[in-house]
Amino acid sequence: MADIQIERVRKDFGAVRALDEITLHVADGEFVALLGPSGCGKTTLLRIVAGLETRTAGRIVIGGRDLSDVPTRNRGLAMVFQNYAVFPHMTVYENIAFGLRMQGADTTRVQAQVKRAAELLHIEMLLDRYPAKLSGGQRQRVAVARALAVEPPVLLMDEPLSNLDALLRLEMRADLKAILQEAGTTTIYVTHDQTEAMGLADRIAVMHGGRIVQFDTPMAVYGRPQSTFVGGFVGSPPMNFIKVDVTGGQAKLGALSLPAPVASGSVLAGIRAEDFALVERDKGLPFNVLVVEPLGSHALMTGRVADQIIRVVAPPDTAHAAGTEIGLAPVQQRIVWMDAGSGTALGRSA
Amino acid sequence: MTRARTSLLPYLLLAPSLLFLAALFLVPLLQTIGLSLTENGELSPANYQRMVGDLNFVPSLRNTFVLVLVVVPAQVVFALAMATMLQKLRLGRDIVLWIWTIPLGVSDLAAGLVWLAILQDRGYLNSALMALGVIDGPTPWLTYETPVALFFSVVAAEVWRATAIVLVILVAGLQLIPREYAEAAEVFGARPWTIFRRITLPLLRPSLQTALILRTVLAFEVFAVVYAIGGRNFPVLVGEAFVWQTDNQNTGVAAAYAMLVVVISLASTVFYLRALRTPPEQQP
Ligand SMILES: Nc1ncnc2c1ncn2[C@@H]1O[C@H](COP(=O)(O)OP(=O)(O)O)[C@@H](O)[C@H]1O
Ligand SMILES: [Mg+2]
Repeated sequence: MADIQIERVRKDFGAVRALDEITLHVADGEFVALLGPSGCGKTTLLRIVAGLETRTAGRIVIGGRDLSDVPTRNRGLAMVFQNYAVFPHMTVYENIAFGLRMQGADTTRVQAQVKRAAELLHIEMLLDRYPAKLSGGQRQRVAVARALAVEPPVLLMDEPLSNLDALLRLEMRADLKAILQEAGTTTIYVTHDQTEAMGLADRIAVMHGGRIVQFDTPMAVYGRPQSTFVGGFVGSPPMNFIKVDVTGGQAKLGALSLPAPVASGSVLAGIRAEDFALVERDKGLPFNVLVVEPLGSHALMTGRVADQIIRVVAPPDTAHAAGTEIGLAPVQQRIVWMDAGSGTALGRSA
Repeated sequence: MTRARTSLLPYLLLAPSLLFLAALFLVPLLQTIGLSLTENGELSPANYQRMVGDLNFVPSLRNTFVLVLVVVPAQVVFALAMATMLQKLRLGRDIVLWIWTIPLGVSDLAAGLVWLAILQDRGYLNSALMALGVIDGPTPWLTYETPVALFFSVVAAEVWRATAIVLVILVAGLQLIPREYAEAAEVFGARPWTIFRRITLPLLRPSLQTALILRTVLAFEVFAVVYAIGGRNFPVLVGEAFVWQTDNQNTGVAAAYAMLVVVISLASTVFYLRALRTPPEQQP
């Protein structure tokens, strides 16, 4: 059992509060992504879990053991660093064997584990080489193999794919998911790339300004964001937030009238780009098409609703061109209503 | 036209420094070689024969080598320890480094005189020892009869004076090593000493090489400190060159000594370049 409990962890760098009362429970064998924009405190949190950074307050408990004051080397973790930190003066073999050697493993075990990890990551043919002779993707694999060779109960990864080109990233993402699922390793994976988090994680902890603003499954984070920040950060294109007026509990969207969670006032209707049906102009919310981008699998339309710019996904063969005006009918049960002032989600409508 | 000009430009810019070096280094070197190999205008090994036959030759050769073999490793060990401690400081690192490098600003003769003031018969050391009751009266440490004390006095002065240059090079070298390597080693269970031995030291090799070459070459040229403290009680190679040039008015033998120092320095440089080479594939 190696569940991770991060309890009320706070971190101040001088006057800067990098982490504000972070509480997060990662179940045994679970893959959790820490997702957030640059500077929100992801790396700091990961380093505190590893013991590489001191914390101002809070506890780190792994597998029921309070590790808050245990030195890094005794925490029994493995980590993949953003810049890989593959030792340049050791061969790939020695790099992968490093953790095992530190544990005092005997030669047979070292050989067997290095072989296994290298095979898993398809780098058996690189074992005698030095890292300087490897491509970025190969170094990345060495870093992961080094971490997996010790069969760690807990694996920490800090943006491990961010230095790779797009195609390689896609490939490594699928490989990583398969490998870690098979190993059953409890994993915390830091990334600022929402596609990566969506694709890999069992659950995503969305961070913003040193706090966790939502912790849920990828589909829930995507479909039911708890704030305009989450809706805007997760998903590409970001969620549309259309300002609408409510009277008598009904929100008025052009020709449509939808039940809203408040009686009156102004609210934001959070609607994903793909959650619109295209209808005739006077049968829905009037949408002034400004740009149409054919993206192959679909067409992305950017246009104006009243004085707001929103994005709408249309079928790839859409006939609507820039300059035309059409109507939009949102899929009612997928609308996320947000408070116009605070930007936090309101109770569900229907 | 422009192409020709841009390809010439670097050489033109380098020319003054090359001319300067040729005039002030290459020409004197060739002259020294010439001087050492001629007698009365004829090619002759006489100067070298006189050097080797001299009573002080073997002691000065031995003293110089023993001094280098003791001083340089001691300096590297001290500098490594000091640089590692500096790395751990969160506050005031620059001030500590600054204080440690003060001896660099002191000329070697002045450094020798400082240590002479400490170690002579009525110096600070003896005053302190007398006050503590360890010795009864002024005791000489720097004479022909106390070679061990004299030797270690010279070692102390040299270590005090010139460890800082090694320190500065190693501090710069340590700062070039990304912190993640040590952190990765730590995550995988390495203890501080293991990290130092298996990660830091190998990655510091280029800086160690530079520091060792610089320090060893200069250590073979040791002179002013030794003569300030011990005079000719502790003969060294460059000191003998000085004596032959000034006291004996024999430039030929002095040149032979100078050439010997040049050859030893070159040999040690070649040794370090090979022994501490970082193969290209292992460079970060
Ligand atoms: N060693 C440090 N000293 C001072 N401030 C730091 C340090 N490390 C991180 N910070 C600050 O803490 C915040 C979070 O940083 P970080 O955890 O690196 O963010 P992320 O990994 O999400 O990009 C940032 O505002 C950053 O400037
Ligand atoms: Mg980061």
